[in-house]
Amino acid sequence: MRRRTLLCSGLAAASAPALAACADQGGGGSEGGGRGTLSYGMWDPAQVPGMKRIIAAFQRRNPGISVRIELTPWASYWTTLKTSMRGGTAPDVFWMNAVNFQLYAAHGVLEPLSERIARDATPLDRHPAQLVRLYAYDGTQYGIPKDFDTIGLWYNKALFDKARVPYPDSTWTWDDLRDAAAELTDPHERVHGFAAEMQRQIVIYPCVYGAGGYVLRDGHSGFGDDRTVEGLRFLTDMIDRGWSPPQSAMVENIGRVRFWSEKTAMVYDLSAMAGQMYAVPALKDHAGVTVLPKGRERATVIHGLANVVSAKSDKKAAAWKFVHFMAGREAAEIQAGSGVTISSHTGTQDAWISSMPEFDLRNFIAMKKYAVPYPSSKNTAVWENLQYPLLGAAFSGKGGIEGAARTLGEQMDRALKEERDR
Amino acid sequence: MSVFPATAAAKAADRRAARTGGTGPASRNQRAAYLFIAPLGLGFALFYFWPMIQTFYFSFTEFGPFGGHTWIGGDNYARVVKDVTVWQALGNTLVYCGIGLTALPLALVVASLLNRRGLRAVPLYRALYFVPFVTLPVAVGLVWNWLYNGDFGLLNEVLGWFGVDRHYWVSDPSTAVFAIGAVMVWSTTGYYLIIFMAGIKGIPRDYYEAAELDGAGAVRRFFTITLPLLSPTIFFASVICMIQSLQVFDLIYIMMGEKNPAVGDTQSVVGLFYKWAFTENAQGAAAALAFLLMLLIAALTYLQFRLQRRWVHYG
Repeated sequence: MRRRTLLCSGLAAASAPALAACADQGGGGSEGGGRGTLSYGMWDPAQVPGMKRIIAAFQRRNPGISVRIELTPWASYWTTLKTSMRGGTAPDVFWMNAVNFQLYAAHGVLEPLSERIARDATPLDRHPAQLVRLYAYDGTQYGIPKDFDTIGLWYNKALFDKARVPYPDSTWTWDDLRDAAAELTDPHERVHGFAAEMQRQIVIYPCVYGAGGYVLRDGHSGFGDDRTVEGLRFLTDMIDRGWSPPQSAMVENIGRVRFWSEKTAMVYDLSAMAGQMYAVPALKDHAGVTVLPKGRERATVIHGLANVVSAKSDKKAAAWKFVHFMAGREAAEIQAGSGVTISSHTGTQDAWISSMPEFDLRNFIAMKKYAVPYPSSKNTAVWENLQYPLLGAAFSGKGGIEGAARTLGEQMDRALKEERDR
Repeated sequence: MSVFPATAAAKAADRRAARTGGTGPASRNQRAAYLFIAPLGLGFALFYFWPMIQTFYFSFTEFGPFGGHTWIGGDNYARVVKDVTVWQALGNTLVYCGIGLTALPLALVVASLLNRRGLRAVPLYRALYFVPFVTLPVAVGLVWNWLYNGDFGLLNEVLGWFGVDRHYWVSDPSTAVFAIGAVMVWSTTGYYLIIFMAGIKGIPRDYYEAAELDGAGAVRRFFTITLPLLSPTIFFASVICMIQSLQVFDLIYIMMGEKNPAVGDTQSVVGLFYKWAFTENAQGAAAALAFLLMLLIAALTYLQFRLQRRWVHYG
């Protein structure tokens, strides 16, 4: 039940090389026979203790195989991985996210898993269907989800009490959020009601889907769509009215930090941030969380990491055994118990929920029903890189969101066309 | 940077060897000289020259994210020329270069002030000015971001005493380039200061004494003695300074972040190269961009060498 604190992450990072050193004795790699030492690539030091426990459980059941964690910091994870793929030194099993998945699958560097899943009856149906689909490419499954996160509405009860506004709950709509944001804004104290931040996963996409719009459908951009624009305008309008700081101010102090320092009454944020919220004494005391308010539709964005096997691994049988084990209930329970992320395995989340009793974390799991998977294509980063430069002015209170969104839609369509033609 | 004086020295050794013929002790000297520069030369060939040739080759290919490449001719260059963000980045880079060059006059003034006779604790000042240069750009960028911070920054706090409204220095497109440029100048002035101080030390004291006897004031002495006699050093510094400011990247990367609304107005050519090569998997186009930047730097350096005849005095 360890919370994610700076100290804890630091210790985890420091202990990783030691772990690697002691796991090294596992013996050389015998060809595909399901034995040997596997390397497991991941980036989050906070998850190392939990992963170590999962590995220990796996090694007890598979005495011939040992697993060594290869921890690469997030900032260099993808460049290192690509380079090691070229050089043939990539880890046997590693973490994958939605942004990068299709690029890897399309270039044939991931091992197809569909046959093995069918043969070993891997419990894929115990994981959220939207997430499972995220890691399939051309009808073949390449990755199995290990965790997931959704986005909820976090609020500061002390600021709500001060402004005499009732706390948000599952009946809230966008109108309620707007009204509350207006009430909660206090220019003298430099407190804002809401943080309409230019952040795609946490703020922009949930609002686009909540308005009934879309980001990407059948290879086409949704940013020119009227509903999408409506979702974006919901955000920029709150900036124009002064209920949210402009993006120019949130570059320097992001919404999350403003919420931590009790200068913003409501923010959208990830379930994965619960641990960090919990570590802020004032927030543990008087922060609450609920489902996102309803726009035209109920929506949130779901994303999760997956375990994948390298197509260049020479120990694929052993690698598969490890991935299969991590898809099961035992591994999921260990992961949930380590309190960092929600395990994607249905019915194993209780340990995570009860690790922070002051927050009603069940809301994050309740939103799974209508959560929209994180949009991605083969070269996601190219069109994602277009978003912030084009939307920045409108999110800084300079107006023109509709024009900016339509330009973004056109440019994104061009990028998607180039991606198809390649 | 260290390549510069070393190759110059090697060339000089070369010339000496050539003058004295190819046999005897001179040729042994020559061999020794080559032996001395071999480690550097090998490193240069392996880690600079060979990648440069590769980059040139890859700029004509479409480079797969996991290796493998196909020849596509000049398409990458066409893409670079047609892309408006390239021209914007080039404009920004030239602005950085202009701002970066202001470090030279600044360093020159401070150097001549520190060179006054009777001034105590000169090593301390020198060290203080040099510290920003040897500090990691990441640390420099983070600390300056705190100073510039719109809500809690020291700069706004101080300006507030004089009734100036708070301002988001690094996220307002009209000030961001200058905010970053100021940090660039701040962190490089110390380096040029050291070079200039060494150069001034090389000017004979007698000149100043003679001028003083003739009644020349401090300003006059600076313009008629220090400046012309220091011109070779200033020339060297200006070449280095220009090359460095055309390649600026790390400071911008740290100080801006990707969600900054001023990103387009502050992106440098190398910043754009990084984005193409490492986030958008367009290594071929990025190689073309890098190669064009190299050509630009070469052309501007050549221009500087041409212009030096007009203002550099070699004593």
